[in-house]
Amino acid sequence: MMNVINRSKNELIISEASKLRWEIGENLHDSIIESIYMDAEKISGKVVSFIGEKPKFDFDRIVDKIVTSKWTGFPIMFLILAFVFWLTIVGSNYPSRLLASFFVDTIHPILKDYANIIGLPLFIGGVLIDGAYISMAWVVSVMLPPMAIFFPMFTLLEDFGYLPRVAFNMDNLYRRVGAHGKQALTMSMGFGCNAAGVIATRIIDSPRERLIAIITNNFSLCNGRWPTQILIATIFIGSLVPPVFGGLISAAAVVAIALLGIFLSLVVSWGLSKTVLKGEASAFSLELPPYRPPRILQTLYTSLIDRTIFVLGRAVVFAIPAGMVIWLVSNINVNEISLAEHFIKWFDLYALIIGLNGVIVLAYVIAIPANEIVIPTILMLTILTLGISDVGAGSGILFELDNAADVASILHAGGWTTLTGINLMLFSLLHNPCSTTIFTIYKETGSIKWTLISTILPILMGLTVCFFLTQIWRISSGI
Amino acid sequence: MSKMENNNCATCPAHNLANLTKLGVDMTNFDYVVALAGNPNTGKSTVFNNMTGLRQHTGNWPGKTVGRAEGGFIYADKRFKIVDLPGTYSLLSTSTDEEIARDFILFGQPDVTVIVVDATRLERNLNLVLQVLEITERAVVCLNLMDEAKRHKIQIDYRTLSKSLGVPVVPTSARQGDGIKELLNSIYQVSIGEYKCKPHRISNEIKNVSNAVEKLNRIISEKFPQLPNTRWIALRLLEGDQKIIDAVRSGEIGSLSRSDEMVVK
Repeated sequence: MMNVINRSKNELIISEASKLRWEIGENLHDSIIESIYMDAEKISGKVVSFIGEKPKFDFDRIVDKIVTSKWTGFPIMFLILAFVFWLTIVGSNYPSRLLASFFVDTIHPILKDYANIIGLPLFIGGVLIDGAYISMAWVVSVMLPPMAIFFPMFTLLEDFGYLPRVAFNMDNLYRRVGAHGKQALTMSMGFGCNAAGVIATRIIDSPRERLIAIITNNFSLCNGRWPTQILIATIFIGSLVPPVFGGLISAAAVVAIALLGIFLSLVVSWGLSKTVLKGEASAFSLELPPYRPPRILQTLYTSLIDRTIFVLGRAVVFAIPAGMVIWLVSNINVNEISLAEHFIKWFDLYALIIGLNGVIVLAYVIAIPANEIVIPTILMLTILTLGISDVGAGSGILFELDNAADVASILHAGGWTTLTGINLMLFSLLHNPCSTTIFTIYKETGSIKWTLISTILPILMGLTVCFFLTQIWRISSGI
Repeated sequence: MSKMENNNCATCPAHNLANLTKLGVDMTNFDYVVALAGNPNTGKSTVFNNMTGLRQHTGNWPGKTVGRAEGGFIYADKRFKIVDLPGTYSLLSTSTDEEIARDFILFGQPDVTVIVVDATRLERNLNLVLQVLEITERAVVCLNLMDEAKRHKIQIDYRTLSKSLGVPVVPTSARQGDGIKELLNSIYQVSIGEYKCKPHRISNEIKNVSNAVEKLNRIISEKFPQLPNTRWIALRLLEGDQKIIDAVRSGEIGSLSRSDEMVVK
C-alpha cells in the first residue's frame, strides 16, 4: 500500500514536470547552455591575463601543421611506424638469441639431469620439462625482447601527444565510410590491446557507430600479435634479401600488414554502415592536446609494468598448460604415430588449400585462449613432429638472420614456404579476437549476436584472403 | 615544548603532508569519498596517481579513462576513497563515459568533487565546472597544468576565481607533483566542513523558467527531503532527461546513500 502511494507521488512529479515543460517551450536546453557559456566567459575574462606578448614562435602549431598536413601527415605516420618496427626487429634479434640459449641450451639440460637424479618418471618429466618449461622458455625468449623495445617507444609517442594527431589524420577517412571519427582513436588504442580498444569505444555516443567500432577493432594488430608479425617477417621476408636490408624489409612488411588492417577496418566499417548498420556519421570535435615533453624514466617504468610484464605474464600463464598439451599430443601415439601428427595430417588436407599447414591450424586451436603463444606453439610443434631428438636444437637457429640457409632448411623440412609465412602473417591479422576481447565485446554490447559476428567475421575474411592469395600465387608461379 | 607549538604544527599543510599515506587500492573503512572530474586530457589520472601512489596508465590524449578507477589515501588521520572519473566536456549529453561521470557525482554522493581544470584553456573548462557546481555543494577546483600556462605566458588570478566560484581553487602542476599538498589540504577542509562552499549558480535565468523550476523544486524536496540538489533535478526533469525521469519514477533518486551499490553502472 505504502509502495503504491510512493509510486503515485513519483508519477505526480513527472506529470507536473511534463506539464511545466509544455509551458516553457522547447528552448530550455539551449538557454541553459547559453547561460553556462556566458558565465564561463565572464568569469574567465575576469581572472585570465597574459604576461607581455604571446610568444611569436608557437612550437605546437608548427609541429601540428606538419604532422597533420594533407600531404605530409600520412607519410610521417608511416615513417614513424616503420622506424619503431625497424628498431624493434634489429634490437631484439640478439637478446632473443641470448635468452633462448640461456633457457633452452643451459637451463633445460640441467633440469633434465636433475629429474634423472631424483628419479622422476619419464612421462612426468616430459610433461613438465619438455612441455611446460620449454614452452614457457620460448614465450619469454621470443616475446620479451620485442616487447621491451616496442612498448616503451609506443608509450613515449602516446605521452608526447602523437596519438590524437593520428586520429586527426584518420578522422576524414572514417567519416567518409559512415563511421564515427573517434573510431580513429579507438583503433589506435587497439594497437595496444583489442580488449582495451573495445572498452575505449565508450567515447562514441551513437550506438550504431559504437558497434561498428567494436566489430572492426580486431583489425588493429594488438600486443599479442606484434611479436608474431615481427618474427615471421624476420624469418621469411627478411631472409629473402641480403642481411644488410633484412631488418628494413621486415619492418616494411610489418607496416604493410598493419596498414592492411587499417584499410580492412575502413572497408568493413563501410560495408556495415551501408548494410546492417545504416546511418549517417555524426559530427564531433576532436581536441588536439598540447605536445608535452615525455617523461622518459616514468614512461619506461609504466610501460614495463603495465604492458610488458602484464602481457608476458599472461602469455606465460597460458603457455604452461599449452606446453603440456603440446607435449602430450606429440608423445601419445595411436597406431604408431602421435596424436599431433594425426591432427596435422588431417588439418593439412584443408589447410594447404588456403596456403597454411596443419601445424599452424593446430597451433591456433591450442592457442585460442591467447594470441601471444601462437608462435612458440608453432615452433614447438614443428620441431617435435619433425622428430629432432634434442628439443632445443632448432630454437637458437631460428633467430639468426645471417643464417638464412639453416632457417630455410629447418622450415623446409616442416613444409614451410614464403607463401606459408605471408599467409601466417595475414591469418594472424585476420582471425578471431582472443578470449578476453570476445568476453569484453559481450560485456560492452550485451548481445550474443554481435559478439558472434565480431568473432566469426574476421575468421571468414582470413580464410578468404589466404585462399585467394594462395591460388593466385600458385597460378603465377606455375605450380 | 609547549602545547601551542604542537597546535601550530598540526594546522600547517606541510605537517599534514608528512601524514599523507598512499593506500593504493586499499579502500577499507574510508571516512570520505572524493570524486575526480574534469575535461578530457587535463591530467586527472596524474593527480589520481599522485594521491594514491597507484600507477594508473596516463596518456596524452583525450578519452583515455573510460571507466572508473578507485584508490585510497590517508590524510590527517582521515581515510579517503578517491574515484577517477572519465573526462567529459559536459554532463548534459548522453555518451556512456559522460553518464558514468554524471551518475557518480549525482548518485554516488561524493563528499568532495575535485574538478581538474586545464589552466591553459580555462574558459572552456569552466563550462564543466559550472555544471558540476549545479549538482553538488562541495567541490574543489584543481587548476592543473600551471607549468603549461606559464610556458604560454598565461596568468590566472586564482583567488578571484575561487571567490567567483565559491569553492577553493588550488593551482597545481601534477606532473611535477607541485601543489598536491595544498590540494589535499583543501579536500580535507571541505570534507570536514571547515571550508563552507557557496557554489556559483548559473545566472541569467529566464523568468518563466525559474518559476517552473521553483514550483517543481518544491514538490521534489517535499517528496525527497534528504536530496541536496533538487533544483538541478528539477531542471533535468524540465528538459526531459529520460535517465532522471526513470530514476524519479523508480524512487531510486530518493535512496541516495554513500554506499557503492548506488552507483549506477
